Amino acid sequence: MGDLNELYQEVILDHNKRPRNFQVLEPASHHAEGYNPLCGDRLTLYLRVQGETIEDIGFQGSGCAISRASASLMTDAVKGRSVEEARSLFERFHRMVTTPTDLPVEDLGKLSVLAGVREFPVRVKCASLAWHTLKAALAREERTSTE
Amino acid sequence: MRAVTDPPLAVSTLDVERIRQDFPILRRRVHGRPLVYLDNAATTQKPQAVLDAIARYYSETNANVHRGVHHLSEIATDAYEGARAKVRAYFNAASDREIVFTRNATESINLVAQAFARPRLQPGDEVLISAMEHHSNIVPWQLVCEERGARLRVAPIDDAGELMFDAFERLLTERTRIVAITHMSNALGTVNPVREIVRAAHARGVPVMVDGSQAAYHMPVDVRSLDADFYVATGHKLYGPTGIGVLYGRETLLEAMPPFLGGGDMIASVTFERSTWNELPYKFEAGTPNIEGAIGLGAAVDYIRSVGLEAIERHEQELLAYGTAMLEALPGVRLVGTAPRKASILSFVMENVHPHDIGTIVDREGIAIRTGHHCAQPVMERFCIPATARASLAMYNTRAELDALGAALTKVHEVFG
Repeated sequence: MGDLNELYQEVILDHNKRPRNFQVLEPASHHAEGYNPLCGDRLTLYLRVQGETIEDIGFQGSGCAISRASASLMTDAVKGRSVEEARSLFERFHRMVTTPTDLPVEDLGKLSVLAGVREFPVRVKCASLAWHTLKAALAREERTSTE
Repeated sequence: MRAVTDPPLAVSTLDVERIRQDFPILRRRVHGRPLVYLDNAATTQKPQAVLDAIARYYSETNANVHRGVHHLSEIATDAYEGARAKVRAYFNAASDREIVFTRNATESINLVAQAFARPRLQPGDEVLISAMEHHSNIVPWQLVCEERGARLRVAPIDDAGELMFDAFERLLTERTRIVAITHMSNALGTVNPVREIVRAAHARGVPVMVDGSQAAYHMPVDVRSLDADFYVATGHKLYGPTGIGVLYGRETLLEAMPPFLGGGDMIASVTFERSTWNELPYKFEAGTPNIEGAIGLGAAVDYIRSVGLEAIERHEQELLAYGTAMLEALPGVRLVGTAPRKASILSFVMENVHPHDIGTIVDREGIAIRTGHHCAQPVMERFCIPATARASLAMYNTRAELDALGAALTKVHEVFG
């Protein structure tokens, strides 16, 4: 049985209360919107990519504690990294939250606090929303800046 | 048509402990705690009588209906038509010909939109709904309006979640071809003044379809006294099985409508040149119907009537008042939907906590509530919230269960405090 304290760890509650990079980036080179119809979570992600590097990142939106904390942690994790590293981190994160609970998972540093969602299958989508939005933003290379 | 035997006389007060014995699922535990089922607006639990009726049908009488001359087909047909008679009595319709079995309330609404409204809608005509509708009473009308170049008008609701009746009346114009409105809001609990709505619409010659998905298991529904032209309901919220829905339609209207789906059972004769339609209600029941579903629903309405809808209504109203007072006393909790006339729905939000997190935490206490937009996104937008948590009551719920919810919400407050 999933332990609530596993899910709602201090770090998660803190990122929910004071999300990092909670801002609109102006101008942004990439942006995408994420939506989880199950719970109505909405997220808009902004990226400023220079060459191969994610120079800055920001997000806005409303959602549950898990999706908000995950978005906050994700932005911290990929800021300053290369696009390739961010993509690889998406894969590793995805693997972490979808691996059955009886199997070991890779240590992803701060992001590992979200491994607890594995015990709560309906919440995996909440934790993944920001990451899927990141993937979409990078794939579409959509330019939204008005510069 | 065969006579319906009256169920035993209803007792005036409801013995909730005795009723709980009739619902086997209420004995199970969830996450090590006794199940507290407060998601009745999504679907109700089933009494043993319904489970037995379905099992008995398959173990003793399974056969297709309306076709065989053999014994089993005859008794299966009797059971299926017997269920229709029970449903007819439950809604006090005039004739079994006015009760069509569908898959669910959604299909019933689509049937009315496609077979009744569609041929009548001209470009510029209007369909009038309300701002508290479930998606199932919005989207079928959008589809038909788009196709016919008609306009969907929406009667507003106030901050309590009550229909603004004056505005509703003003939206009834000479272009209005049908009013489609819920009897009771699934997201807010508001009970609409259906009789007044129908009177106002009929005064302008506009027919009314009432979505009774939520109301039909909380209060007595008399389609003749409401004077509704169409009334839809769904079996699984009436303590019956899923996959069976009901459409009541005034006989003259159903008679004039073209079929909705084509196939077997709905025809009188078929040649490659043309087919002719079966009589009511079979014209609208193409293909092998959900026989077990109808029989289960028949057993369910028998069960509800044996308890008594007046007694159920009184019990649930008492619980609603208790739950309302309890939630209002909790710090940071705000009720969404506070209409003077409401039933069995406690929709709420909590300061600094998303409903989804509330749902997960109370689930660990064995408490099932719904969180999200409740398939009523326009309602959420009206109240400027992304979602609510919703506890919804049924006949078997108790004060102790609401107390358990209160304790769990205190825990939520501690986690996020």
